[in-house]
Amino acid sequence: MSDAAQIRFRAATEESPAARWTLIALAFAGLAILVFAPLIAVFVEALAEGVTASLKSLASPDARDAIRLTLTIAAISVPLNAVFGIAAAWFITKFDFRGKAFLITLIDLPFSVSPVVAGLCIVLMFGANSALGGWLVAQGYPIVFAMPGIILATMFVTFPFVARELIPVMIEQGRAEEEAALTLGASGWRVFWTVTLPNIRWALLYGVLLCNARAMGEFGAVSVVSGKIRGQTATMPTTIEMQYQEYLSVAAFSLAAVLALLALVTLLLKTALEIRHADQLAAAHRH
Amino acid sequence: MHIEIDEISKQFGTTAALHPVSLAIPSGALVALLGPSGSGKTTLLRILGGLEFPSSGRVLFDGRDATGLSVQERRAGFVFQSYALFRHMTVFDNIAYGLNARPRATRPTKAEIARRVTKLLDLIQLPEIGARYPSQLSGGQRQRVALARALAIEPRMLLLDEPFGALDAKVRKELRQGLRDIHDTTGLTTVFVTHDQDEAMELADLVVVMSMGRIEQIGKPQDIRARPATPFVRDFIGA
Ligand SMILES: Nc1ncnc2c1ncn2[C@@H]1O[C@H](COP(=O)(O)OP(=O)(O)OP(=O)(O)O)[C@@H](O)[C@H]1O
Ligand SMILES: [Mg+2]
Repeated sequence: MSDAAQIRFRAATEESPAARWTLIALAFAGLAILVFAPLIAVFVEALAEGVTASLKSLASPDARDAIRLTLTIAAISVPLNAVFGIAAAWFITKFDFRGKAFLITLIDLPFSVSPVVAGLCIVLMFGANSALGGWLVAQGYPIVFAMPGIILATMFVTFPFVARELIPVMIEQGRAEEEAALTLGASGWRVFWTVTLPNIRWALLYGVLLCNARAMGEFGAVSVVSGKIRGQTATMPTTIEMQYQEYLSVAAFSLAAVLALLALVTLLLKTALEIRHADQLAAAHRH
Repeated sequence: MHIEIDEISKQFGTTAALHPVSLAIPSGALVALLGPSGSGKTTLLRILGGLEFPSSGRVLFDGRDATGLSVQERRAGFVFQSYALFRHMTVFDNIAYGLNARPRATRPTKAEIARRVTKLLDLIQLPEIGARYPSQLSGGQRQRVALARALAIEPRMLLLDEPFGALDAKVRKELRQGLRDIHDTTGLTTVFVTHDQDEAMELADLVVVMSMGRIEQIGKPQDIRARPATPFVRDFIGA
């Protein structure tokens, strides 16, 4: 029968060609409009008056202070969050206790709280009008409108990145290797450095990259606590906003382009990690 | 080393993994803990190794109370069910781990460690694989590397949790003989967990049959076969 010869086997999940091409076209259009066009626009605006004008604006004291401050903030808050993230993931995955699920939810809290709210909380707690903040100001250690406040705000917003990467990886790896090391006579500290840490290193690096990208780009919480004092507490994102408000278009977009470049470098490193260590990172993204 | 388990019990929350059990293991014996899934074999083995602490009762090594000894102080060579080899280290570094972990005063020199690792690789008849990673080994090879790693610390006893559990029938038979040989040459008191009665009967000097957190019978393989003490034992060994 010719009918039998006509049967074509198709995977259950396969779409018809027309549907497939429509979906692909939609995806590309979305990417182009939402991602590529704005990114290109930033660089076009930055170079609107030529490379020299752009570089000159980046060499201005405001821009240089902002870049220095942002890099300093990232250099302090990212390692601290890496340590806290490792500690939290280790505690959650290697011990059995009640309320574990609640703690995991709590770690995600900064993702669901608006950064502006987080910034306001810090102002309420440490601002000059609070008892604690007033006392700290009197001692000469202001938190709000100063570096410590910006670091606190950045750390709050970026806290989940490292822990979230590590928890699934560490759950998947279990405790057997650590236990084996203990039976071989290693101390808890030695087990951490020679077994636990090497086993999570790529997931850790991945989490740190994401954390770093966000730490450098954070605007909402930082703009509330920093007071945006030029040359003192204005970070790159807040400086960009101020310059833009003052119609300093080339300056604003040049600084924005630097921030975008930093993000692109992060993205490249992240992709390289994903290609080279897919097996280990897969654990984190299967959940 | 003579091991005595004196009225050991273990609770996990509300579940009793072990009701008070007592057991004396003569020095140099090869003992099988035999029982169905969930009978408490692994729990008892982990208590011996110091990975778990009993809710009540005592463990005695050579007549001395060892209940409070930490896992490091027990010096038990432990082979885990899934082997738990360090995945980011070569076979050589896996076996050398316990020696490198010693405090500097008692740590052998690099050359001495290399010599001992080589000797252990010969003992498990895999002299060529020192530079490989665990992921590049077959299941049977992994099992033997785990055994060598446990032996490297010059343990006072050898504890194995389902050492042949994940292997096919032919490899199991070979490795069984391998364990017997290693036990006979080292003379170490050895306890292994299994739910395979043939394995227990063929390999062990003494078989401990467990069920639901209790010891049903302790005896030589032929005695257990000839005179099962309880209906459970008769059923389980299919006599
Ligand atoms: N960490 C734990 N937390 C809670 N319950 C546990 C824990 N470990 C073991 N149990 C319980 O204790 C009982 C005995 O478990 P155990 O692992 O000793 O059994 P087993 O004889 O080794 O079984 P199997 O042959 O399946 O490995 C089981 O009911 C198990 O659910
Ligand atoms: Mg078990």
